[in-house]
Amino acid sequence: MAMIAEDAQAAPTPVKDVRHLAVGDVVDGFRLEAQMPAGGMAGFWRVSRPDVAVPLIMKIPLLRAGEDPITIVGYEMEHMILPRLSGAHVPRFIAAGPFEQPYIVMELIEGRSVRELLAETPLAPDRVAAIGAQIAFALHDIHRQHVLHLDLKPSNVFLRPNGEAVLIDYGLAHHELLPDLVAEEIDGPVGTGPYVAPEQVLRDRTDPRSDIFALGVIMYFLATGERPFGEPQRAAEWRRRLWRDPFPPRSWNPQVPPWLQEIILRCLEVDPERRYATAAQLAFDLQHPSEVALTRRAERLHRDSFLTVLLRRLRASRAAAPLRRKSVSGMLAGAPIVVAAVDLDTDAAPLANALRDAVRRVLVTDPSARLACVHVLKTARLTIDTWEDAQGRNLHLQRMIELKHWARALPIDPTRITYHVLEGSDPGAALVEYARNNQIDHLLLGARGETPLRRYLGSTSTHVVAQAPCTVTIVRAHRMAATAETDPVHAST
Amino acid sequence: MRIAVLSDIHGNREALTACLEHAGAAGADRFVFLGDYVGYGADPGFVVDSVAAHTERGAIAIRGNHDEAIEVGTNRMNDSAALAITWTRAQLNPNQRAFLSSLPLTAKEADRLYVHANVNAPAAWGYVTDLYSASRSLIAMDAHIAFCGHIHVPALYHMSATGKIASFEPVGGVEIPLSRHRRWLAVLGAVGQPRDGNPAACYAILDTDRSSITYVRVPYDLDTAARKIRAAGLPPRLADRLYEGR
Repeated sequence: MAMIAEDAQAAPTPVKDVRHLAVGDVVDGFRLEAQMPAGGMAGFWRVSRPDVAVPLIMKIPLLRAGEDPITIVGYEMEHMILPRLSGAHVPRFIAAGPFEQPYIVMELIEGRSVRELLAETPLAPDRVAAIGAQIAFALHDIHRQHVLHLDLKPSNVFLRPNGEAVLIDYGLAHHELLPDLVAEEIDGPVGTGPYVAPEQVLRDRTDPRSDIFALGVIMYFLATGERPFGEPQRAAEWRRRLWRDPFPPRSWNPQVPPWLQEIILRCLEVDPERRYATAAQLAFDLQHPSEVALTRRAERLHRDSFLTVLLRRLRASRAAAPLRRKSVSGMLAGAPIVVAAVDLDTDAAPLANALRDAVRRVLVTDPSARLACVHVLKTARLTIDTWEDAQGRNLHLQRMIELKHWARALPIDPTRITYHVLEGSDPGAALVEYARNNQIDHLLLGARGETPLRRYLGSTSTHVVAQAPCTVTIVRAHRMAATAETDPVHAST
Repeated sequence: MRIAVLSDIHGNREALTACLEHAGAAGADRFVFLGDYVGYGADPGFVVDSVAAHTERGAIAIRGNHDEAIEVGTNRMNDSAALAITWTRAQLNPNQRAFLSSLPLTAKEADRLYVHANVNAPAAWGYVTDLYSASRSLIAMDAHIAFCGHIHVPALYHMSATGKIASFEPVGGVEIPLSRHRRWLAVLGAVGQPRDGNPAACYAILDTDRSSITYVRVPYDLDTAARKIRAAGLPPRLADRLYEGR
């Protein structure tokens, strides 16, 4: 077919065959230090360059005449996408080779791949959740940068010594603002058998929740030592996951707690709409096991009945990928994690009401939003607190009850609202830290009236606005509201 | 090198001025004009003089079908286009008309090819509308990337080493890397009369060092451009469609 060869003809560069490179060779300024185990489509060398301090890896696609075109397309995609990604969750891009000698040099990730953990399975549930949350953070980070990984699997996830997950290999990835060369080149579904999502089987490469499905497979594997869909080799066998549900993790490993099974099976839902809307929402559940809303999924010990599966199979025979859907950025924006920071002091009641009205407006606008209701229990800086009030009540529990009472009339599904009582001597700092640790998109909090002391010291709201890594809405109580009834639950907004 | 490529200006002074200002600020150091400087808009003389001045400083300018019609007539055009050509012919001085007749149908520079309508039969003015028409250009071209306009709707077609052809709808302002392992056909939107539903002027910047293309959308003074079309007595539809981007 039409090879684009004029450049190569015009400039016949003497190229050393990549299979005959040796330690000590220098390629475009990079010194080859050591050969590393080759992958299916590329060779790897540890390399160095005097002006780069971090350890580097050179990935060289194994291009042979007549080879599967996925090799070259995978190289083209990674070359397009990797330089456009930034942050701690992707290897830093350093350089790429010219047309005549393709390669990519990137940061060598120090740490272990999740694949190395498979020998230790089943892992303890807390460890599965901690690793899963780190991978979910990494996914959310690349999704925010318009990129879907679409080949998430243990060998493509590295854990840095500080625990952060790094996602490697963007050869099958999709960037929603760039041409999808993989989709154009390959006629069938693309991915890795055990991890590929049902919609990918139907050739849809535009849904960020496909990565959430693959993460569900990884967590299932880590928690049970088993793969939920086995190891199908042929793409024709991948279709089976459209109708056949996996054995519940608890049927393999009774140590898997209901909350973890709930999370994993929700990730593995066939319909993306029934999975987590965003990786950040998944990470949120993994970080707050006691707050996970349990459904029928949590307790299951058996797969669906023969009849249910048969009906699903009949439906699946007509299944096709949707023609058009929202953009990735639109989907993330439509499913934010919203925090309401509630001041429960009795003299702040008008402000708490105004805050609830503001939260209600946000929930009406974004029906997929998750709401975390947060109260900060202020601790004295130097004394040991007893956590009991004058009547001997548990303050923590008391605040939790009041928080649920405050939120009771909000228009939100119980599975999407959670309650948290934090502790800290500085409420502003506690809120900022909470927002940072939970990938919060939008934080709403009330601002009390001005006092000379607050002017001098700076208020909690001022601190949060300046420091929080998310959108912040400051709510004030109207003067009218301050004298009105204290609980206007049915007042129109 | 950053090359600003502009197509289908169609006598729209306000749109051209806005795009040239934008390209200057974006660091463009070379200009290529893909034809159809006249027709539809109320400032053909200004546009031709501006393009001619750029060519004297080294810019490339290609001939479009509306530029050709000034010389050879309008028998293949619809009514409002033909009316606009007749009006335009009377506005241009002999120098401006001579400049239009002097323009080539295609130009090649390094591994880049420039043409107004399509690569495979540039003089027949066929549109690149879909994968099939794009494939004819992609197969015919002897270049890494070819640029054309004519259709007033931006698109980016590409062909892999195995001959697979695909289209892509570029998003304004997003830099798209141009892999050296495939051929590219960049169909530009119009500077002076966009028809993809977005009324902002459209042009593209090719960065040869980074091997990338960015389609750019530039909002401009629509009101003035439309008012001048009406004041000139041209068909009012030519003013209205600027607002619709159709």
